[in-house]
Amino acid sequence: MSEHILLRHRDIANIDQLDVYLKHGGFEAFKKAVTTMQPADLINEVKSSGLRGRGGAGFPTGVKWSFLPTNLWPHYVVCNADESEPGTFKDREIMESNPFQFLEGLMIASFAVQANLSYVYLRGEFWQIAEMLDGKIAELEKAGLLGENILGTSYTLRLHTHLGAGAYICGEETALLESLEGKLGQPRLRPPFPAVYGLFGKPTVINNVETLTNLPPIVEKGAAWYKTLGTEKSPGVKIFSLSGCVNKPGNYELPLGATFRELIYTHGGGLAEGRTVKGIMPAGASSSIIKVTQDSLLDTRMDYEAVAAIGSQLGSASVIVLDDTVNMAWLVSKTVNFFKHESCGKCTPCREGTFWMNRLASRIAAGKAAPQDVDLLDDVAKQIAGKCLCALGEFSVMAVTTGISQFRADFDQFTAQPAQSPAEKPEPVSA
Amino acid sequence: MNQLLRNYPEEVQRILAKYPADRKRSAIMPLLYLAQRKENYVARQALNDIAEICEVSSTDVASIVGFYTLYYDQPAGRYRMQVCTDMPCALRGAEKFLHELCERVGIKEGETTPDGLFTIEAVKCLAACHRAPMFQVQGDGGIAFHENQTVEIALAWMDEVRARVKAEKEAAA
Ligand SMILES: Cc1cc2nc3c(=O)[nH]c(=O)nc-3n(C[C@H](O)[C@H](O)[C@H](O)COP(=O)(O)O)c2cc1C
Ligand code: SF4
Ligand code: FES
Repeated sequence: MSEHILLRHRDIANIDQLDVYLKHGGFEAFKKAVTTMQPADLINEVKSSGLRGRGGAGFPTGVKWSFLPTNLWPHYVVCNADESEPGTFKDREIMESNPFQFLEGLMIASFAVQANLSYVYLRGEFWQIAEMLDGKIAELEKAGLLGENILGTSYTLRLHTHLGAGAYICGEETALLESLEGKLGQPRLRPPFPAVYGLFGKPTVINNVETLTNLPPIVEKGAAWYKTLGTEKSPGVKIFSLSGCVNKPGNYELPLGATFRELIYTHGGGLAEGRTVKGIMPAGASSSIIKVTQDSLLDTRMDYEAVAAIGSQLGSASVIVLDDTVNMAWLVSKTVNFFKHESCGKCTPCREGTFWMNRLASRIAAGKAAPQDVDLLDDVAKQIAGKCLCALGEFSVMAVTTGISQFRADFDQFTAQPAQSPAEKPEPVSA
Repeated sequence: MNQLLRNYPEEVQRILAKYPADRKRSAIMPLLYLAQRKENYVARQALNDIAEICEVSSTDVASIVGFYTLYYDQPAGRYRMQVCTDMPCALRGAEKFLHELCERVGIKEGETTPDGLFTIEAVKCLAACHRAPMFQVQGDGGIAFHENQTVEIALAWMDEVRARVKAEKEAAA
């Protein structure tokens, strides 16, 4: 792509400096919104752009905003900058290198729902980014773009950062709200949804960093322009975080609907000499493994619909490439260990289930399990599925079930030897 | 006497100002980072200090420390070197890196060097999977990323820290 829409720092040096950002059209979109648009028109514009949430679920952004009741106040906007899915590192690059476009997006979203106070919730490990953003926010206050009576209007907006402290579950939006309220990061029961009962019990919009960063160009150039990018149902550009067995891992901004081949070979430099793609996890550790049985699968388009059509998920587009040296039983032992570590413990199927999956998967990968333990692992995974309070529990079984069903030989390879002692058998998991 | 308020009066107020006046509880997490700044763990007294400021019980504060992995209720090394060994990093040699680093330093994963300076730990994804092997360093009240590492680069950094700490001690003596 010749010019980036989100990763503009790759084209324009020092765009993280306010004067440079302003010189390149920075805050024109926010000014246009605040001084010439009604909030309802702004929401409609974003609706017609077709922009979908980049945090994983792909929900239409403008539609989400329109759910906030206008008889309940105040409203809040909370930016989800928790970015903890293994394989995901895009929000970080946006905030580090193009911070003003991101903040402008957050300000546009805030104006759209008439929030006067908005938060950026960052994972605790982004401590340096939070410090830097605090400085940028202070600059915007000085410049009169934040604070009271912005640009001579009656609109008031303040932004604050809030650091998490190492918990993947806080990326789940209701756990994030709990955490921001100073509680344990455990998901809430829904309904009520955050649009009605969110932060501090008030109507709240939660949007991902990348979602928000799309807003300034949409407002500036219009929904019609935005829809010329990407596919009909998945318009726009997306940042793909490419990792794993490739020569040039990194972030690549491409239109939605670009192919895996383009990402991996044209941009990612391909695989090491002599290696082939065995599998792909397109949405980080949470995704179903795509088994690359034939080369033509690499021509699958990376949009929400096309990836779902081959049995996986696009999610936040953290594409992990697995080459023919990767054993899937090992891989599953890694993903399951992650979810066991990150389960918040609130509901039994996930808490107990991830515990047992971890025990079984690590036994298998260590060569200490019996062949029937693979079936048991599959069984436990299937008992968890569909019974969890939040999506983390559902995510935890994706690699397990798709790993065992498609790559059984990788598991059997470890269990070929008789087990040293039979594995303990888990109690059936019940909700 | 509330030591946190006494030691960091302005910062405590700056933190509280971020949240609505009747939502002081939201300040627990930032105040815990403040409490951890000097010693890299939350001392018992700080639980009470934070509870008092946020108008909650110290058990509530302790449960937050227990839930979130970046807060500690026990002292360890002044610098926690947290090596990501999650799956994407492991595909790029992170497990081998951790193993060799520990071997060269002469401690096991989870242990602290005898001089009390470094604890080496394995952690989950840190959003730096494209720059593995990598680790973050938690210490001196902040967190810094060290990316595209080799064991040699990591050891050289540890030597630098040792020299700096030694110089600080000599200057103070
Ligand atoms: C376990 C779990 C972890 C999540 N982690 C993140 C995250 O790190 N960042 C993010 O933006 N969304 C994450 N999400 C999705 C959020 O719940 C939510 O859908 C999203 O922030 C909404 O913003 P968007 O509509 O702009 O995508 C996660 C969801 C789950 C279930
Ligand atoms: S599914 Fe797991 S992470 Fe989600 S609420 Fe239940 S225990 Fe917590
Ligand atoms: S897996 Fe190590 S930083 Fe993501």
